[in-house]
Amino acid sequence: MATAAEQWVLVEMVQALYEEKEELIEEWQPEPLVPPVSGDHPALNYNVVSGPPSHNIVVNGKKCVNFASFNFLGLLDDPRVKAAALVSLRKYGVGTCGPRGFYGTFDVHLDLEDRLAKFMQTEEAIIYSYGFATIASAIPAYSKRGDIVFVDRAACFAIQKGLQASRSDIQLFKHNDMADLERLLKEQEIEDQKNPRKARVTRRFIVVEGLYMNTGTICPLPELVKLKYKYKARIFLEESLSFGVLGEHGRGVTEHFGISIDDIDLISANMENSLASIGGFCCGRSFVIDHQRLSGQGYCFSASLPPLLAAAAIEALNIMEENPGIFSVLREKCKRIHKALQGISGLKVVGESFSPAFHLQLQESTGSREDDVKLLQEIVNHCMDRSIALTQARYLEKEEKCLPPPSIRVVVTVEQTDEELERAARTIKEVAQAVLL
Amino acid sequence: MANPGGGAVCNGNLHNHRKQSDSLQSGNCTKNGIVKEAQQNGKPHFYDKPIVESFEEAPLHVMVFTYLGYGLGTLFGYFRDFLRNCGIEKCNAAVEREEQKDFVPLYQNFENFYTRNLYMRIRDNWNRPICSAPSALFDVMERVSDDYNWTFRFTGRIIKDVINMGSYNFLGLAASYDESMKTVKDVLEQYGLGVASTRHEMGSLDKHKELENLVAEFLNVEAAMVFGMGFATNSMNIPALVGKGCLILSDELNHASLVLGARLSGATIRIFKHNNMQSLEKLLRDAVIYGQPRIRRAWKKILILVEGIYSMEGSIVNLPQIVALKKKYKAYLYIDEAHSIGSVGPTGRGVVEFFGLDPRDVDVFMGTFTKSFGASGGYIAGRKDLVDYLRVHSHSAAYATSMSPPIAEQIIRSMKFIMGLDGTTQGLQRVRQLAKNTRYFRQRLNEMGFIIYGNEESPVVPLLLYMPAKVAAFARHLLNRKIGVVVVGFPATPLAEARARFCVSAAHTREMLDTVLENLDEMGDLLQLKYSRHKKSARPELYDETSFELDD
Repeated sequence: MATAAEQWVLVEMVQALYEEKEELIEEWQPEPLVPPVSGDHPALNYNVVSGPPSHNIVVNGKKCVNFASFNFLGLLDDPRVKAAALVSLRKYGVGTCGPRGFYGTFDVHLDLEDRLAKFMQTEEAIIYSYGFATIASAIPAYSKRGDIVFVDRAACFAIQKGLQASRSDIQLFKHNDMADLERLLKEQEIEDQKNPRKARVTRRFIVVEGLYMNTGTICPLPELVKLKYKYKARIFLEESLSFGVLGEHGRGVTEHFGISIDDIDLISANMENSLASIGGFCCGRSFVIDHQRLSGQGYCFSASLPPLLAAAAIEALNIMEENPGIFSVLREKCKRIHKALQGISGLKVVGESFSPAFHLQLQESTGSREDDVKLLQEIVNHCMDRSIALTQARYLEKEEKCLPPPSIRVVVTVEQTDEELERAARTIKEVAQAVLL
Repeated sequence: MANPGGGAVCNGNLHNHRKQSDSLQSGNCTKNGIVKEAQQNGKPHFYDKPIVESFEEAPLHVMVFTYLGYGLGTLFGYFRDFLRNCGIEKCNAAVEREEQKDFVPLYQNFENFYTRNLYMRIRDNWNRPICSAPSALFDVMERVSDDYNWTFRFTGRIIKDVINMGSYNFLGLAASYDESMKTVKDVLEQYGLGVASTRHEMGSLDKHKELENLVAEFLNVEAAMVFGMGFATNSMNIPALVGKGCLILSDELNHASLVLGARLSGATIRIFKHNNMQSLEKLLRDAVIYGQPRIRRAWKKILILVEGIYSMEGSIVNLPQIVALKKKYKAYLYIDEAHSIGSVGPTGRGVVEFFGLDPRDVDVFMGTFTKSFGASGGYIAGRKDLVDYLRVHSHSAAYATSMSPPIAEQIIRSMKFIMGLDGTTQGLQRVRQLAKNTRYFRQRLNEMGFIIYGNEESPVVPLLLYMPAKVAAFARHLLNRKIGVVVVGFPATPLAEARARFCVSAAHTREMLDTVLENLDEMGDLLQLKYSRHKKSARPELYDETSFELDD
């Protein structure tokens, strides 16, 4: 039992502690919520487009030919697509006011899912209301903590965020390097033999893109399918750039290589490139896709796609099915400009010859990324002055796992005529010569 | 504020806080004999109006039966799984391909146990397809199942004119086309639908700038930025604001998008009890005094994540106390007004106006355009340096497509309508109609004896059902009576607290609400849902008591 004196000391101590705590609270200074951003940061001053971002675009007040928007099949401006959307607007209004589970499922959504499944010749499709959220919600629905995902280094940011949300074990393999992937798979096999019990419940996935956004190259799908069966890993294919571009009917990289679509477990694409709408979809077998209806976060917890955008996508699909010739026309144009842009001193073309979105990188970097970016921006500005709208490929430098080098993004669409392609190639050549030499 | 039966003894918690009176008042008004003076917006003051929120507990026998019900369902589930494994019962679920049978199974058996055996039995109550605009009356497509909900088939018939109590259509702006939407039609014809580029590259249209200026004006803040999807607004911007070494204090019942954004950011997350200021204060004190665990260095910054109205509980965040706490401990406040923007507050400006606080007290305003504005997308607003930082560093601005132009135009049109910039007062009338409808609906339900959660001013009304079988019966019977309701169970709510959630809308007329209430009364008697143990007295004249401050 403490004496009176000791009790008094205890009370004083507690009092002093309390005062100390109050002092700590007073003294603490947090960082400001956001660090200041300098006024001339390049990303702060967006290119403002007045009017529709179609083939003839008005950027920052200048009329240009659009080589920067992913409008591959030229459907952004199509009157049939707009008419279909207008019909839907009249019937349904604009918003859906609810997620798919709570009266947000419209017959247009069910129609679109049906059509997409039929077009891609799979059992089922599921649509999301935002392209980025599609793959970023699909991956964490299947791959959880403890599973292993083998992903290409050049995977786009949406895939990286999906992987981060899944908390799985990520193994990066060199871009398009099947030998590297095989090495990683073999190492994993050795690990499995050490602990067969754990191996029996660890799922493996390989995540690749059809046409890579960051490099414009195509993935070697036949080898991947062989590796899939050899090492028992499932393939998730992200086809945002290759849907509506590759293949005889525009079905993407599986049709391009002639691989049965059942060999791919999940194909995810966004409808913002070829289909000129907003949103994304995943398609595959019902066994795989149906799971996302209850565990895809971007599907269950988010409002559904506005019906006018879904109707526009259906009409765009109709157009794609009616003239399957546009895909080869698009690929011809890509090959043409790819050839025309070879041999520019100082710039090299990065990407396949049939890829509609490719990059122009500096042949020799100046040494600092900032200076490279400034040089490329000068080239872009001069091209815009001569009515060719281009843009640099933008990344968040601190957030990317493997930051690609700075580059100018060139996008080919069906609407660009041959003269415009020639003129663009010429302009870029002249500007590059002027700026880089 | 009418409070029939308030202060009566009950088994639940009735919080009586002081609340500030709203600032938009025409001179003096007499309520219950107390004269209140009109008060200036922007001055920090203390509140003298009671907030009434209730989360009554169910009687014991209800909880016992609920758990029994789930237990029985689980037992049956095991039995059926056993039969399926033996091959006695046919398995209707899709199975893995023959060629991939020796792969590691994609789903664990127990993961899908709940889905296969409990959810599947009653899943006709969700994902109901509709074929008209989601306004106050809508058309539901009739579908039947021949194999106990494994597959559905459309009969081709349409159930017309079902009263919509499920869609988030608070101000009634989601309706099929009428002449006021002409600008949307024009923008669609001029701009098309897609944008096919990101904000940083070639996707920044003049429409976006117009919309952002309007949003900033609407919320009375310096600047705003809009994004194409509400869910993605949270999951892509919270990581841009906080990172490793920062602390996030998040409410227990935050939405999945806030939780995902917090996890993706890499910051440390601590959870405080729902709307509980003591719990929050304790966490704040510990954070500031003790710093980061193990390394004992101070946190870089502390961010408090709350929502305006919580969609499953119907409760409104206790904003005045949170602002006081945040100022004392120098934390930052991020408020997600997905449900509260446009639906609370005297002019529909959200929870900050509801409490009469200064918008500068909240650091980050976030909201979505899906609910009150009848469109889609989200926004973040606040000080100019915050928005400039997000323009550069937001994941969405660099990698995701920007908002579609006709959607942006619909938001512009709705916002102008609510603000009165189109020259009429219809917007304001709708906001007030919503408040009137909310109060009437909640009071009638309370008087009937149902257990209702949430703040009495919130247009989201959860009605507790508890037992899983009643959940299904409730939804099915009401659809037969041409009322569409939303029911929610585990895992969106705690296991034993399944509920039906009504969203009151300004488009609901008094007759529609009366029809719904009559049917609910009958359902309550049929299914024995009236669990509430404090009966409120039915004094009809009190309902109209709220109308004197509105101009009719």
